[in-house]
Amino acid sequence: MTDNLNTDLLNKDLTNKDLTNNDSCSDGSCSDDVDVLVNPVEQFLRSDRVPHIWCPGCGIGTTVNSFARALIDSKIDLGSLALVSGIGCTGRVAGYVKLDSFHTTHGRAIPFATGLKLANPKLNVVVYSGDGDLSAIGGNHLIHAARRNIDLKVICVNNLIYAMTGGQTAPTTPDHSTTSTNPYGVFEPSFNLPHLVEAAGAVYVARWTTYHVKQLSRSIAEAFNKKGFSFIEVISPCPTLYQRRNKMGDGLDAMKYYKEKSKVKHGCPTSEVGMTMTGEIVVGKFVDRERPDYQTMMRAQYHESLGDTYVEQPEMETVCS
Amino acid sequence: MKADPKGVLTGTHFMDGDHACCEGALAAGCRFAAGYPITPSTEVVERFAARVPKVGGAFIQMEDELAASIALQGGVWAGAKSFTVTSGPGFSLMMEHIGYAAMTETPCVFVDVQRGGPSTGLPTLPAQADMMQARWGSHGDYEIIALCPNSPQECFDLTIKAFNLAEEFRVPVMFMMDEVVGHMTEKVVIPAADQIEVTPRKHTHKSFDEYLPYGTNGDLVPEMAHAGDGYNFHVTGLTHDERGYPNMTLPIQDKLVRRLQNKILNAVDRITMTEEEQIDGADVVVVSYGITSRVAQRAIEAARKKGLRVGKMRLITAWPFPEKKIKELAKNIKAFVVPELNLGQMVREVERAAGGQAKTFAVSHAGGGVHNPEDILKVIVEASR
Repeated sequence: MTDNLNTDLLNKDLTNKDLTNNDSCSDGSCSDDVDVLVNPVEQFLRSDRVPHIWCPGCGIGTTVNSFARALIDSKIDLGSLALVSGIGCTGRVAGYVKLDSFHTTHGRAIPFATGLKLANPKLNVVVYSGDGDLSAIGGNHLIHAARRNIDLKVICVNNLIYAMTGGQTAPTTPDHSTTSTNPYGVFEPSFNLPHLVEAAGAVYVARWTTYHVKQLSRSIAEAFNKKGFSFIEVISPCPTLYQRRNKMGDGLDAMKYYKEKSKVKHGCPTSEVGMTMTGEIVVGKFVDRERPDYQTMMRAQYHESLGDTYVEQPEMETVCS
Repeated sequence: MKADPKGVLTGTHFMDGDHACCEGALAAGCRFAAGYPITPSTEVVERFAARVPKVGGAFIQMEDELAASIALQGGVWAGAKSFTVTSGPGFSLMMEHIGYAAMTETPCVFVDVQRGGPSTGLPTLPAQADMMQARWGSHGDYEIIALCPNSPQECFDLTIKAFNLAEEFRVPVMFMMDEVVGHMTEKVVIPAADQIEVTPRKHTHKSFDEYLPYGTNGDLVPEMAHAGDGYNFHVTGLTHDERGYPNMTLPIQDKLVRRLQNKILNAVDRITMTEEEQIDGADVVVVSYGITSRVAQRAIEAARKKGLRVGKMRLITAWPFPEKKIKELAKNIKAFVVPELNLGQMVREVERAAGGQAKTFAVSHAGGGVHNPEDILKVIVEASR
């Protein structure tokens, strides 16, 4: 896979000099000391699919930027990386990243990813989807994958609403906000996702907002080095639906809100990180613990029970190999 | 290519249909299954769970059938031949993912051991009432292949065939068993691995620049890449172009959906299998499948003893429907008699294909047991008049 990627960028610290494309001034109209920068994350994107579908002010693209930078920083083997999305605005991430990427059905990114990982344990599998997809229609799969501790990295972009379909109430929509299906205000309690996945068994749980691009990137890179079910929630603005309906301004206003109201509390008990409509947003790394992952437990059990008759899965034949 | 001997339990066995189906899957090279317990199908995955760690593969019991039916497709894209096994209520839950497999051209096998319905119905008793659901259950236009075994031996043989067809056409194949065939125990002969032909994955070897995930030339079935191969390919259930990129324009929709249909319809003669007996000179032909074909056999023989000229056509492939064969036959006979464990499903296809050239008689049964051969005989006698 790496032959069509600039692997040099992965192997050394980035400086502006490294990112300079000096060949771009072939017409001689600019002097040598004017550097034209190459976006270091562009190599991870399907540029031929731009423009993307996301609205102005939407935070999903920002999360993709942080994700791509985490790929650079973590030096993860891109050849073994697969990305799986469900349906919705965030579900479209799979279509924009230059990786083996699967845009699956609504809610089922996690079980699809489970199949990928179990059939080829060498793959690094990322699930990248939205709050509605992962915690409503896919909620059962979310808790069971966490319980089994399947080695998946789940990035959950939480824009607090169903955006693709026009702003309906999600399990994460804060109390009292207005949505198209709760036109008189939401009255049902919302999910505190970090609390949910910690209780179910996740080994790594963090939350950031799209204001915290560096921290988010670091968390994703950290999760790549962790074996087991990792869950990173990213609070992300939806100016078109959530904010407009709730008179919360545009994308920039969301950044101001995230900046002012976010509080970094690493190790904070997840029971205390529930969100409200305008209150504090607790961010940070909440859970980082060790627990054997599903495939490690599976192999140990088979070895114990079957002894020499156990045949470990052979490595998948790939074109690269 | 020949089967991998690791998965082939060569020998003569006394085995039920569910277990034989599992052995067929292993012989076909299936090394991944995702399942969810449901009567009367569970024995298939129970056996798989016991066998697969000894042949190099994985089984996972998922949290529901929605999960099982998409986890198996993750397994396929990671490079494994994969299947899932269920019965009526679970089959209903799997419908969206049959559509996903059809749209993304994911080669895989769905086993449905049919029981009485609708809803929870008769968990431990047979029916053949999911035949139309197998064909039409997911939304949109698509084609699938469906096979109907009528014995444990065929549960073995045809499961291999199901995997082979899935790989050849990159299509989900429905393996339509019924409770009786699943639970009956008979002699099952498993040949040596070098006697078993298996179809390998249509795995691409094109260069990264050259490869188009949904590009085809001539045979309408694209070559496949696996996650980790290095192609950086994209798979989506959205309408997509040859690159696999979403493209929701009318020409692309038309081209894609017609190709998904035509790759099967153009090969109908090659895919469809029927078993025929004494159809030349017959007045009446009994069309049946699965366990009902064995009950019908008795009625057919009784009718022949009465001097009636009765032929038999057994549908081994239910979908795509062997329309041409029925149409040809209709020109020369008085009537078709179609017994099945439902209130009239495949009989409608027979009637449609016959196009009015021969009469069509249904012998319906609400499920929960098999026909009394006398009931089939009565209709044969009536149809012969």
